[in-house]
Amino acid sequence: MAESDASTTVFVERMPRHPLVWNNHSMAWISDRIAGIVENKAPLWWWVTIAITSSFAAFGVFCILYLLFTGVGVWGNNIPVGWAWDITNFVFWIGIGHAGTLISAILHLCRQKWRTSINRAAEAMTLFAVICAGIFPAIHVGRIWMVWFMAPVPNPNWIWPNFRSPLMWDVFAVSTYFTVSVLFWYLGLVPDLATMRDRAKGRVSRTIYWILSFGWRGGNRQWRHYEMAYLVLAGISTPLVLSVHSTVSFDFATSLVPGWHTTIFPPYFVAGAIFGGFAMVLTLMLPARSLYKLHDVFTWDHIDVMCKLLLVTGSIVGYAYCMEFFVAFYGANPFERFAFLNRYFGAYWWASWTMFTCNVIMPQLMWVRAFRRNWAIVFFVSMCANAGMWFERFVIFVISLHRDFLPSAWRMYYPTWVDVFTFIGTHGIFLTLFLLFIRFLPMVAMSEVKSVLPESDPHYHPPAGGGEEPVEEAHA
Amino acid sequence: MSAAAIRRPVFGIIAEFPSATTLYEAAERVRDAGFKFWDVHSPFPIHGMNKAMGLGKSPLGYIIFCGGFLGFTTAALLEFIPSSFLFPLIVHGKPVNFFTVPPFFPIMFELTVLISAFTAFFGVFILNRLPRMHHPLFDHEPFSRVTNDAFFLVIESVDPRFSETATREFLEGIGGKAVTVLYAND
Repeated sequence: MAESDASTTVFVERMPRHPLVWNNHSMAWISDRIAGIVENKAPLWWWVTIAITSSFAAFGVFCILYLLFTGVGVWGNNIPVGWAWDITNFVFWIGIGHAGTLISAILHLCRQKWRTSINRAAEAMTLFAVICAGIFPAIHVGRIWMVWFMAPVPNPNWIWPNFRSPLMWDVFAVSTYFTVSVLFWYLGLVPDLATMRDRAKGRVSRTIYWILSFGWRGGNRQWRHYEMAYLVLAGISTPLVLSVHSTVSFDFATSLVPGWHTTIFPPYFVAGAIFGGFAMVLTLMLPARSLYKLHDVFTWDHIDVMCKLLLVTGSIVGYAYCMEFFVAFYGANPFERFAFLNRYFGAYWWASWTMFTCNVIMPQLMWVRAFRRNWAIVFFVSMCANAGMWFERFVIFVISLHRDFLPSAWRMYYPTWVDVFTFIGTHGIFLTLFLLFIRFLPMVAMSEVKSVLPESDPHYHPPAGGGEEPVEEAHA
Repeated sequence: MSAAAIRRPVFGIIAEFPSATTLYEAAERVRDAGFKFWDVHSPFPIHGMNKAMGLGKSPLGYIIFCGGFLGFTTAALLEFIPSSFLFPLIVHGKPVNFFTVPPFFPIMFELTVLISAFTAFFGVFILNRLPRMHHPLFDHEPFSRVTNDAFFLVIESVDPRFSETATREFLEGIGGKAVTVLYAND
């Protein structure tokens, strides 16, 4: 990059870019800080937190087993509300799973170098969210032993599944998304696992990391193929990210239920998924950043950019809410009109207004720079987004179903304790997996962060005056 | 370890460089000197290094395209053979024939992506001859820093221009530090 070379010597940029890693840290500092998290003893808070989250996870598993041994009657689902918290939770978790691959794929294609600090953790979060999501479609069939009906194989009567069904698309979309996300994540991990291997002291850990890193040597003849694979994976994951939640939305949009049968669903679901996913990344990374003192790697600039993305996607979601309402009015379909009036002024009005407040109004705080750089406000807004996105799915599924075409069939939906604890249990599973991840694998992509340091540019020449010295500073 | 005493064949000569910039400039010199069997090792991929080494674009992209095409074909056969021939399923009164393709697209897309991704992932390791747990470079103690903050250049003895003395002098001449002869270990 000759132009950056010229800019440092010939003229001074009027608005110079902030460095992506603050305080001129060296490459060795990055390795020590990130790998140290894995190598040092687990702090007390880690043990306390994982004890709590794994207890919730265990109780969630108990609820799932109770459901499987008893039947779906233990849930509050009824007729007409045949899809309730189960599918709400499925779509909620799948939505959260969108941030990771968005960060690693779309931002890579856009050459957004700031992604390197957060992509590893966000991708891991994606995998764990998709695992939590996958639980619900599997168990909501009730008779779990029939779950193989979702596979593209004929049943004993030689009847094949309907490949033109959105539910079939969904099976393919979610399983492909999970598999591709695993491959993408692992490919990024290989050079860092090689770092862990070369730092490992014990023979056993060294051998394990050696196997996991495939004996990576970091030669440019290796990097050449690696970078091509990474680029192509980013290229094919970009439409994949956008397609997964589109496909999920087809489950609803292709039906005739008022409130579901709209063409705005795919873009609206995708924007909502990215919104919810970024909120969850912030929710997890703000504490992790403080606890592991990663302030110079995951800087305020990163948080600032992510808050802007929250604002953009939250506003797109807000536009979709308003446009749905307008189309219901303008479309002159009485069932559609009723569905939307009922959504905001019916029995579940509080859910809809919670959704609207959390997803549309709260992110507007992010217009203010001072708020984007205040961790308490950022955390609060991202928690609002997490809650709001769950309510969005609840609103779409339950409110649309509980008042269907025949008033004689109308019925309220109330969750049971099994519903509630299964949902809390998936949070336990999610957080437990995330805690295990930050304990055993490098949570920041070390090789990628090193590649965005100024001295990693092959045409870099250190500025005169010794600005090179790493400054150990002050975030202790 | 006095590897020379064991009389193993020479694998190559390794030199360390202090930074990505110096490694890049050294690579250009080695390329211009006409070496063929050599490599640079760095903690991260260095931008433009392929050009500095005289390497072209990785052929992996074409291989992945074949993988993607395989996925697309698999999906088309998986969907059309059962839906059109084995068990034509009439839903919503819609005909089952090749004119009703749009609802078959999502699965074709997903399988195209899936097989491409597998090809990309395994392609990297197959083209790189990995996994390989045993390599002469790993016997070189300072090489363990290559995944941290060190930069190395290796010229292998299989190169026709390789000579134990001349290549060593050449590497020292282009700024290589701690130039060391490596021995084969298998």
